[in-house]
Order: sequence, then C-alpha cells, then structure tokens
Amino acid sequence: MSNNVKLKKGFDIKLVGEAAESIAKNIDTPTTFAIKPEDFPGMIRPKAVVKVGEKVKAGDPILIDGKLEEVKYTSPVSGEIVEIQRGERRKLLAVVVKADAQVEYKEFPVKPIDQVSKEEAQAILLESGVWPQLVRRPYAIVANPSDSPRAVFVSAFDSHPLAPNFEFTLKGQESYIQAGIDVLKKFTPKVYLGLNGSKSSALFDGLAGVEKNKFSGPHPAGNVGVQIHHTAPVTSGNDVVWTISPEGLAQVGKLFKEGKYDAKRIIAVAGPKVDTPEYVETYAGVNLETISAAKIKGDNVRVISGNVLTGYAVGKKGFLGYYSNMVTALEEGNKARFFLSDGWLAPITSRLSFHKAFGLLGSTSKKYALDTNTNGQDRPFAVTGSFEKVVPMDIYPMYLLKAILAYDYENMEALGIYEVAEEDLALCEFIDVSKHDIQKIVRQGLDTMRLD
Amino acid sequence: MKFIHDLIEKQKPMFEKGGKLEKLYYVFEAGETFMFTPPDVTKAKGVQVRDAVDLKRVMMTVVIALIPAIIFGLWNVGYQHHIATGEAASLGEQFLIGLQLSLPIIIVSYAAGGTVEAAFAVFRNHPITEGFLVTGILIPLVLPATIPLWQVALASAFAVLVAKEVFGGVGMNILNVALTARAFLYFAYPAAISGDKVWTYLGDAAPVDGFTGATFLGLAVEAQNQGVAVADFVGKTAHWASDPLSLFIGTIPGSIGETSALMCLIGALVLIWTKVADYRIIVSGVLGALAMGALLNVFAGDAEAVKNGVEGAKYYAYLDMPSYYHLIIGGFAFGIVFMATDPVSASQTNNGKWIYGALIGVMTVIIRVLNPAYPEGIMLAILLMNVLAPLIDHYVVNANKKRRLKRATV
Repeated sequence: MSNNVKLKKGFDIKLVGEAAESIAKNIDTPTTFAIKPEDFPGMIRPKAVVKVGEKVKAGDPILIDGKLEEVKYTSPVSGEIVEIQRGERRKLLAVVVKADAQVEYKEFPVKPIDQVSKEEAQAILLESGVWPQLVRRPYAIVANPSDSPRAVFVSAFDSHPLAPNFEFTLKGQESYIQAGIDVLKKFTPKVYLGLNGSKSSALFDGLAGVEKNKFSGPHPAGNVGVQIHHTAPVTSGNDVVWTISPEGLAQVGKLFKEGKYDAKRIIAVAGPKVDTPEYVETYAGVNLETISAAKIKGDNVRVISGNVLTGYAVGKKGFLGYYSNMVTALEEGNKARFFLSDGWLAPITSRLSFHKAFGLLGSTSKKYALDTNTNGQDRPFAVTGSFEKVVPMDIYPMYLLKAILAYDYENMEALGIYEVAEEDLALCEFIDVSKHDIQKIVRQGLDTMRLD
Repeated sequence: MKFIHDLIEKQKPMFEKGGKLEKLYYVFEAGETFMFTPPDVTKAKGVQVRDAVDLKRVMMTVVIALIPAIIFGLWNVGYQHHIATGEAASLGEQFLIGLQLSLPIIIVSYAAGGTVEAAFAVFRNHPITEGFLVTGILIPLVLPATIPLWQVALASAFAVLVAKEVFGGVGMNILNVALTARAFLYFAYPAAISGDKVWTYLGDAAPVDGFTGATFLGLAVEAQNQGVAVADFVGKTAHWASDPLSLFIGTIPGSIGETSALMCLIGALVLIWTKVADYRIIVSGVLGALAMGALLNVFAGDAEAVKNGVEGAKYYAYLDMPSYYHLIIGGFAFGIVFMATDPVSASQTNNGKWIYGALIGVMTVIIRVLNPAYPEGIMLAILLMNVLAPLIDHYVVNANKKRRLKRATV
C-alpha cells in the first residue's frame, strides 16, 4: 500500500537555463579532483592520511575524521596527491588528487549479496569511501557505524531549482540501485522510497523490498526530511534513521556487485549563465576549471557547487562537493540599484518574489535569470507568518529559529530540531524579508544539540 | 544614476572606521541605502539567490495602503472646519486647510521620533531600520488636527523611546508604537485629545448654531444618559450628517485619518492582497465586534416599556445601538486594519491571529459601551491584546509541542 501525500506548502523557484537531457562532449578532461571536509558538517577533526606525492587508487583512503576513524573518505580517482590545502590555523580545506589518464580501482571483495553478512557489508562500506553517502537524521551528518537505524529513507526525486533528473542521470542503473537497497536491508528493517507523485518512474517503480510513498507539490516535496516527516517522523535525539540519495544507492550497489568504488557521476550544468545547459559526465570532487571554460559565459559569474538553495559558491576553478549533483552558474548581483529606477521603491518584473509587496510585479510562474544580489539588508525579524507557508511540516519555523538563537535546548527539542536539516528551511532563507542566514542558524542548532 | 552613486561612495571613507564622522556611519548608511539598494551579494554558503522583497518595500506597502485615508483625512479636516463655521468653501480650500493643519503634525512626528531612532542607532551601532517609515505617519493620523505640536513631538519621541528602543528596537517591541504615542497623550494630556472641543478646527471663526464638538462616541454616551436611541439622539444633536452612509464614508469629526471606514477598507484590501497584513486579524476583529455588539443588544432593555412608565423597566440606548455601527464610528476600522495587524506586536501564529483579532473586536465594544470613562475603546483594546498576544501564541505553540510529543509514543 502506498500513500500519496499531496503537499500544498512550498515554493518553486523557476530559473532559466534548465539542463537539456544530453551529455556534453568537447569538454577537456579535468585533471584534478578533491575531497573537502566542509562537505561533512559533522566532521570534528579532519585529518589527511596521505602525503603529497603519494600514489592512490580510486577507493584508497585520503581523509578521515579523527573523532570517527572507522569512516574512510577515499579518493574518487586514481592518481597522485598533489596538494593538501590548508586555511587559517592550518585548518584542512581539501586533499587534491591529480588523476591518471585511466582510472585504476582498488578492489573490494565480491560475493552474492544474500551471502554477505551485516558486519562484512559494514566493513566494505566503511573502507571503500561509500559510507559517507549514508546520512544520519537527526542532525544530517555522516552515519555512525554504531547506529542501528530504525529505517532508511530515499527520496527518488530532487525538487530543487534546476535539479538534475535522476531518470536521466541514473538511466540503466536499476540493478545497482536494487542491489544497494538489498545491502541496506541488512542494517535496517525498512527502506522507504519517496516517489514523485506527479510522474511515474521507469527507474524506481520496479524496485522491490521498499515501501513506496508518493509525494507531490512544490519544492521541498522532494526533500527527504519532508518525506520522513510525513511517513514516520523522527521523534527524539535517539530515534535514528538514515537517508541516502539515489546516486548513493547506485554507488553502494556497484561496490557490492563489481567490487569497486565508482565515483562516476553525471551532473547537471545549469543556470542563466551557462552556455547550452546540459549534463556532464565526471567524478565526484572534480575541479570545475575545464567545465567552466567550456560552459560558463561571462566573468562576473558565481559558480555554485549544487543548487541555488543549498549549494555553495566555489568559483570557476573550485571543486565540486561530495554530495553535489549539479553546478549552477549565476550572474553576480554586485551592482547598486537606484531606488526609483530598479531599487526598493520601483515596480519590477525582473526579480522573483514569493511576496506580493508593493511593486513586486513579476509572476511566480515565469522563469527568471536571477543574480546573487541580496535585494536588501539584514534586519531584525519583523514579518510573521510567511515561513510557515514554505515549510510543509507541522513545525513553527520562526519559534524554532528563535529557540536556536537563544540556546534553549528544551524548546529546540519540543519544536522539532530533530526533524530538520538546513535544506528543509532553505526556502525560508530565500523568502526572508529580514535576510537572515537561516540555514546557518539551523546548523548551529543541530550542532548545539549534538555536541552538548 | 551611476554618477550619484559614485559621488555618495566618495564620501564613505569619512564615515567609516577611522574617519572623521565614524560615529554617524549608520546615519550615512541609511541615506545611502535609501537611495540605492546596495550591491551586496549572498554569502558563499547559504542560499545563493534572495527574494526581491525587503523590509523597505514591505513598509512602503503599508504607507501606500494609508494614502486613501491620508488624503480623505486631510480633506475632512477642512470640511469639518467649514461645516462647523458655516462657511461655504471649495474642495480645494478644504483640502488646503487640512494640509495646513496636518502637515506640521506629520513633519514633527517624523522628526521627533526619527531623531530618537537615529540617536539609538548611532549609540548602539546598528543600522537604522525602516519601521519608523510607517509609525511616523500613523501617529499623526490618530491625533486630532488641533493637537499642539509640542505634544506631537513629545508623544512621538516617547513612543519610540519607551515602546520600542528600550525593548531592543524594531522587531522586539511588545506594544504598537503609534498607539503608545496616542495612549501617552490620552493619559498625560487628556484635555487636548479627549475633550469635546478638540475634534474640529474652528480657527478664529465662530461656530454655527447647534455646534457640538463631540464625536459620535461622545454623543453615544450622552444618548445613553438621556435614554434616547443613539442614532436618533446623534441625528438631532450633531451639526454633521450621522446617517450610516456618512459614518461609513467618514464625513464626521474625529482624528485626522481615522474617520473614514471606506478608506480603511480600501487600505485593508491593499494590505490583504499584498499579504502584508494578515486577513485573519481583520476578519476576526470585525466578527468579534459584530458579535459583541449583537450580544449587548440582548441586554439593552425595553425602550417602549420605559416610555410607558412600566415599573422596573430599564433602557440602555448604547447597548441597543445596532452592532454594525461599531465598525463605522470612531477609530475601529483604522485600528483593526492598520494597528492591530502590525506583525511585531500582534500574535505570530495563524491560530493565534484569529483569537487575537476576535478579542480586539470584543474588547473594543466592551470598553466603548460599558466603560463611559473611555469613549474610544479600540486603542486600549489593541494595547491590551498586544500584551496578551505572546500568551495566546504560547498556548498555540504548546499545542504544537504536545502534538509532536504524542506522535513519539505512537
């Protein structure tokens, strides 16, 4: 029996530059790849376990968290370690690998999945570098090997702006995804799959061993946190569930069927500043230099690893994040605007707004070429009632955020901190009249609860 | 426009750290960001695009919603002057008199409150926010045109200081700032705001025969004392038309901006359509007032019996007034549309807003009818509910917490 959950709350940010379903050719092969501790918010003490000049295969560990050493973060490609980037106070920023022309894979044991024990499976996942694909709720951090999760949740669609279509990026990988599910069933009694309620799926509809639920409505209907809330909500700090993306599932399946850590990934390169937006086949952690050179127009451009809500700016020569499934390019909005011509008192149609305040005449159904301007400055919370309209959960976002800012543990707990991750409140940050960094506040709250 | 921006940018170093006028940085910044939406871009982490809205635009929407009430109010000041003195005058002349009287009040209100606001920004080192854009115009609109300017200055400064800044500034206040200004004058200088003589500007001219300076609310109390139906009594006593249509349109004496329910209705539609004000508060406020008015009708007694001298019969004319009158007399419409919906001092949860609005409606009618010492109830009702709003929200949010907790045991 599957449920069909229709969500009304939320908001779709429509942008120009959607990726066409084709794979870009004529892009020079990228040479460097990196793994970055900042992609793992739960990581306490990142440590490089290789030295510059060392040779590695795809699947060889290059980074660990000193506080959780069992989990290995491994090289996505084979090659030579060329740089260990550090920032202020020697903070580890990235471990960079220069790729070989042909990727060599570290070999992991292959056995029929039904003969693999939970302990064996865990050891392989941890050693291969696939483990970090498993994310733990509450807190939205890499799963802890000592967890015994109540369930694993997978969202089968990404509803973020310009997000890639899994039906295209994972085409033909049904058997790997099924194998991934079979492996995860060793860790948990239940695997839930959240399907897009408005379309049928060639990729996911045939999967077995999962409980399927359908979700339809505007973003964040595809967020796994929202789906958990409407299926079997996380109710306390000890009520552990795991989440994993469909790409992650395929990676798990491939690891057990073929014995290798395959970090290959088809990413969408999209957004208003992209020349013929389409997909690019590459590996996790790729340096975006060659992709930028071939695809991105103009100089005053922001290149984002991920989507415009939850991604982060990396620059034209930055590295793609571990979890990012797309690159977005936008114009930087670093221009002052006169208040009567296109500033705060002028009627404008070229900028999207969830609100309808005076002069905001743009329709929400048209596609926009938004830039990165903040369209205003940081102000105290003054407007009420709008956050609730974009969070399809029984949660009062404003009260939760205020509890976080006040370090009020009891209220954070009672108001639902365990149910949210940054991405679930990202729309609040977009629509916020007062321009607060809401995702940062959410992470602060999650850290407070986790580390106290 | 780039050259203007460059010109302003050139002055910036003077106000920045180490500059001669660094203390005034936020005053400079307020001016600059008023002229130009700054070239600030989103941070590397967090959302990469932001909604086109900002607080300036939201506040400006409220000011725009107020424009019909302002224009009508200015004209009505002159109109009331002319019908009180019996002079004939053109529309333009009436508007001009209103402008002459009201403009200084508006300017003083902005200047006094704005100065306090800017001073706090300078001392506390934070940006000057846009909240006062609305407060500064709301204060004059709830005052009579005859108010002495020094009182306006005092009230505006007092309200910003005591209602807002001591609580931490915009977004932190408990009471509506503009209403605090009015309440301050109401209790500190009652003669200038609640007397019978203050509502209509006479100038040097002598009033017409039968002139009464009282508002409908004052006359309603008087009608009750005399045991005559309110509408009949006001109709006979007042030198201005007091049929429901005139009351709705607002050609009656009262504070500058509050007399016209029609203009408030237009403002309400603007605010509801733009979603800047929550319709829940307005709708439930109106329903609350109507319900309370209707309930009081039940206890009004029997006018016929009193007339016929039936022993023990009593008649309370004010209780007997049709409840829809409450929506079109006094400042109810203005208060429920522009004051009660201030998001900072109102309830913040949707369910809370229904309760908050309804109680404002109910309290307004109770204070008006049952407490003759305060003819206008809306001001006190809103201030009272401002204080109670966090309590309402507390219970609404608690229900949410309980719901979550219950799920845990399932």
